[in-house]
Amino acid sequence: MEGILNQLPIGLSIGAVLLLIALGLTFTFGQMGVINMAHGEFIMAGAYTAYLLQDFADRNAVLVALPVAFLVAGLMGLILERTAIRHFYGRPLDTLLLTWGVSLVLQQVARDLFGAPNVQVLSPTWLQGSLGPMPYNRLFILLLAVGSVVAIWVYMNRSAQGRRMQAVMQNRQLAATSGINTGRVDQRTFFIGSGLAGIAGVALTLIGPVGPTLGTYYIVDAFLVVVAGGLGQLRGAVIAALALGLLNSYAEFWTNASLAKVIVFAVIIAFLQFRPQGLFVLRSRALT
Amino acid sequence: MRNAFLRTAVGAGLVLVLAACGGEPTESTTGGGAAAGGDTIKVGLLHSLSGTMAISEVTVRDAELLAIEEINAAGGVLGKKLEPVVEDGASDWPTFAEKANKLISQDKVATVFGGWTSASRKAMLPVFERHKALLWYPVQYEGLESSPYIFYTGATTNQQIIPGLDYLKEQGKTKIFLVGSDYVFPRTANKIIKAYAAANGMTVLGEEYTPLGHTEYSTLTNKVVQAKPDAVFNTLNGDSNVAFFKQLKSAGVTAESMPVLSVSVAEEEVTGIGVDNIVGHPVAWNYYQTTENAANTKFVAAFKAKYGDAKVTSDPMEAGYNAVYLWAEAVKKAGTTEVEAVKKASGGIALERPEGLVTIDGETQHMYKTARIGIIQPDGLIKEVWNSGEPIKPDPYLKSYPWAGSLAS
Repeated sequence: MEGILNQLPIGLSIGAVLLLIALGLTFTFGQMGVINMAHGEFIMAGAYTAYLLQDFADRNAVLVALPVAFLVAGLMGLILERTAIRHFYGRPLDTLLLTWGVSLVLQQVARDLFGAPNVQVLSPTWLQGSLGPMPYNRLFILLLAVGSVVAIWVYMNRSAQGRRMQAVMQNRQLAATSGINTGRVDQRTFFIGSGLAGIAGVALTLIGPVGPTLGTYYIVDAFLVVVAGGLGQLRGAVIAALALGLLNSYAEFWTNASLAKVIVFAVIIAFLQFRPQGLFVLRSRALT
Repeated sequence: MRNAFLRTAVGAGLVLVLAACGGEPTESTTGGGAAAGGDTIKVGLLHSLSGTMAISEVTVRDAELLAIEEINAAGGVLGKKLEPVVEDGASDWPTFAEKANKLISQDKVATVFGGWTSASRKAMLPVFERHKALLWYPVQYEGLESSPYIFYTGATTNQQIIPGLDYLKEQGKTKIFLVGSDYVFPRTANKIIKAYAAANGMTVLGEEYTPLGHTEYSTLTNKVVQAKPDAVFNTLNGDSNVAFFKQLKSAGVTAESMPVLSVSVAEEEVTGIGVDNIVGHPVAWNYYQTTENAANTKFVAAFKAKYGDAKVTSDPMEAGYNAVYLWAEAVKKAGTTEVEAVKKASGGIALERPEGLVTIDGETQHMYKTARIGIIQPDGLIKEVWNSGEPIKPDPYLKSYPWAGSLAS
């Protein structure tokens, strides 16, 4: 019985991890339609940022790394968008291949810079221990996820930039005719989306391996959340991430890890049969 | 512009296809013989240099390159220098089979040193048997195999897993929980563990598998903690170990309350896992960087000199390093690199290696090895706390263990 109860916070914390890794994608994939396979490598960049900052901040590197990783991954995303992706807008398959190639290149760069073995990122001493069945580091990730969602919501709905972003998302042509510089908005969207991946990467150093292939472990799950939640839908991503986290937690508890994965995929496939557009649908008047 | 690019791409594709076709053997099926021509002997190194297994396999390749370099510096083999041909198995089992084929048919290597996961070995096995070529496989594995074209320089189960269980039993840990990655090594290893447990009054409280590359261990940790075992027997492979130990520690599990005995975590992995998270837990191997003898002092010094002071040496690296020396010794004894002659000459070859005396068992093509249990220290190295006293005769089918009767089928 205690085991079953413990699965509830565990499910929430799995959901929080899913949400963190998928948040950035709701921007780049959900809003701009770019299938960014290199998203996982931006997560990896965030994790390595925490690793490097240990030299300056020792065990508190994780905290210091949050804003720095946002900038580092964001800038990487911005460069990718400016130099390559913008030439491929409206050609999703080409973008997919392009970004997949970029992800392989980034993995190799990480391997050359930091070596193939995983590196050690020490977690802060104040994150050791647990509150009931919920370890402090999981709680930290949960709070970080909540914080990120709130920050994004405020940005999207309360700032001029965010509203312009929504305008472009809903109807690009009309936004352009109203004088919005859509290219500039795209850059900003990509910067924020990639930056969020960096934040996720820092958080993942607390619970997972930090190595060149880190991104590959999370990229599929990230896309799952975005697709199930509905493209570009913040609340969709939140609900989908928590639902998948809980489903995963209980499916694994009652069966095993391999089967739980199958169950999660089966449920998502079945769900998409009924709601191909995901949980929430963006209502748009754009002629696409 | 775009057309020119397309043409180049198509052209490059054609060249690749042609190269691949050209590599298929037409008449000769024996590997090895052709390699003796010229003034070098080509040997293949086939490990995952990318993907989830790269973390472990790159270091084995490094150790093998070091052995080749040392042998060349000492005059080579049969008066010829060894020339390594390195290929990337990319953590993908069909790629291993394909690259093995390429090394044998196209590069005509005299032998191949390669593999890590059992899945990669199983994928390469038919290729080596078909071409009657030699593979030296450097990693501990689940046993129940003895291919005439593979030499196994890592431990089989009776040199690692069974000593590990003996150790747990000696420590009074009778209730155990099995955690492993979901592929052939952990599943077979756990079959053996369950048979051992049944015959030795131990109880297996649970058995859990996770896919390779799995990083979410909170549910599994919860299951383990709820089952309250005395010890966990861990056959996870690769990056999963990092996630498992980090999450186990945050759930409050310590080496004192519930030791986790690992058979795939060596010095190299400890850094990535974080010493904090794994200190005090036991591991079972045949070699540690701290193993004391002259051959090891030399090996560790040479490895650090070549690859940097921060590098550590581990059991699979040492087994890969040994493989090159053992093969070279067999070639010297045979006077040729021809596969059948090398196989015939290999039996009984005994060398003082960093892990102690290693003898090739001609019958099974496995090695006599000393089993060692170690505890992970705060400095990231492993201190031996128990050993089998003498090299154990390899018994891949566990024929000498009455309780294992039903396993070989």
